[in-house]
Amino acid sequence: MASEAGQPPSKGGIQRQIKLPLRQAFKISLRNITIRLGRAAITASGTFLSIAFLMVVCTQAVAMGAMAIAQNPEQARPPAEWTVKTVLFPIIRALSLNPDEIMRARSAWLVVMSLLVCTVGITNSMLMSVTERFREIGTMKCLGALDRFIVNLLLIESGLMGLLGSLAGSVLGMGVMVVWYRLQIGTRLFAHFDWLTLFACLIFSVVIGTLLSIVAAILPAIRAAKLPPAAALRTEI
Amino acid sequence: MATEMVQEYIVRTRDLTKQYQLGDQTVYALRDVKLDIRRGEYISIMGPSGSGKSTLFNMIGGLDKPTSGTVFIDEVDMAQLDAFELAWLRCRKIGYIFQTFNLIPVMTALENVTLPMIFAGMSSDEMLEKGVKLLETVGLGERLHHKPAQLSGGQQQRVAIARSLANDPAIVLADEPTGNLDLRTGKEIIELLRRLNKEQGVTIISATHDLKMIDVSDRVIWIRDGRIERIENREDIELRLGEVEGEEE
Repeated sequence: MASEAGQPPSKGGIQRQIKLPLRQAFKISLRNITIRLGRAAITASGTFLSIAFLMVVCTQAVAMGAMAIAQNPEQARPPAEWTVKTVLFPIIRALSLNPDEIMRARSAWLVVMSLLVCTVGITNSMLMSVTERFREIGTMKCLGALDRFIVNLLLIESGLMGLLGSLAGSVLGMGVMVVWYRLQIGTRLFAHFDWLTLFACLIFSVVIGTLLSIVAAILPAIRAAKLPPAAALRTEI
Repeated sequence: MATEMVQEYIVRTRDLTKQYQLGDQTVYALRDVKLDIRRGEYISIMGPSGSGKSTLFNMIGGLDKPTSGTVFIDEVDMAQLDAFELAWLRCRKIGYIFQTFNLIPVMTALENVTLPMIFAGMSSDEMLEKGVKLLETVGLGERLHHKPAQLSGGQQQRVAIARSLANDPAIVLADEPTGNLDLRTGKEIIELLRRLNKEQGVTIISATHDLKMIDVSDRVIWIRDGRIERIENREDIELRLGEVEGEEE
């Protein structure tokens, strides 16, 4: 809040300095999640499922690549180079390991769709959760909260749920597939496994899950923050 | 803040009008309200429901914008304030008490009281100390860590009163503070407000239709159909409160 600091006091002793330290914002958001754990779990499960799916697809592609190398090292597909693009989106490299052209295209398409559906789902549940809390938000504004505090609180809340959901989802998605391949094919497959790509995908999926959760909450958060306090206090749920 | 000394009026409204559009009909919630409230007064705004007292409450508190006219808080025209200044005003200068208490349900009594202090940028230690002190003042020193749901209506309203005083406001605005409470609890709340008014010199403006309020008010503003009907000093009001209440304490 550096922008308004240092402003001269204006208009009869009325000043502009109002703050919400990030640490306090995190504390309040975390509280909001733990108190409404059931709802938070449902919201986060959307992220969880689609990120788990993303990791299943990545692991599958890496496994297909490993299988191709195991069967015939000469004809195996060379993976995409590590460029800025593949470092930022390691899923591209993971999918490139899969020798099956049709499956590559289909997987990419499914992953994009599932992430989109997940984002819309989060937006929807955040809208509901915000509507439920109109009165609470109005009260906070009466106590001196700026619109941006409300936005920050809700974005942090959604981001935290996204982080937890995608952490659990990515680890579980990858774990389940690795165990499955271990049981189906055995340990020899892992000798040719591109672990680096897979772990890059893991980090990528946690980041994308968190980012999408934050992006999905922008609209509901702004809607809540823009409400004049008097109207927010009037709402009966 | 040397200017504060010379200002006798903490709240002034001039030609305050609020109209709503209901279909093709224009409804006046407030019409040309002119009001002067002195520093340290205990004011009750009385009127039947729909008379415009809650609208007046919202206007004075900066929670809603008038259609026309002005509200001056400490001689500052509220319409001239930007979002930051308005937030500062709500945080530091005005405390709010509501009929429905409006505590944050996920926070304890102490956390509810310290929330406005976070916004005011107070340090954690100061905040805790002051929060505990305020809750003791309203008689809830034993229930610092209770959630609102674990408190009775009267206790919740006490927490709300403590919260309204968090940043030593000049004005406490109360919208039907006893509306959801039984007779006895309502009376206790009114006495608490009066005590704070006397001891701390905070101006209390209360929109209400609770006749028990008249007894403690310095002035009563009767409002009807969005207009001020009459303003009475307490001495002039002929009302036997014992009869209205119908019970002895």
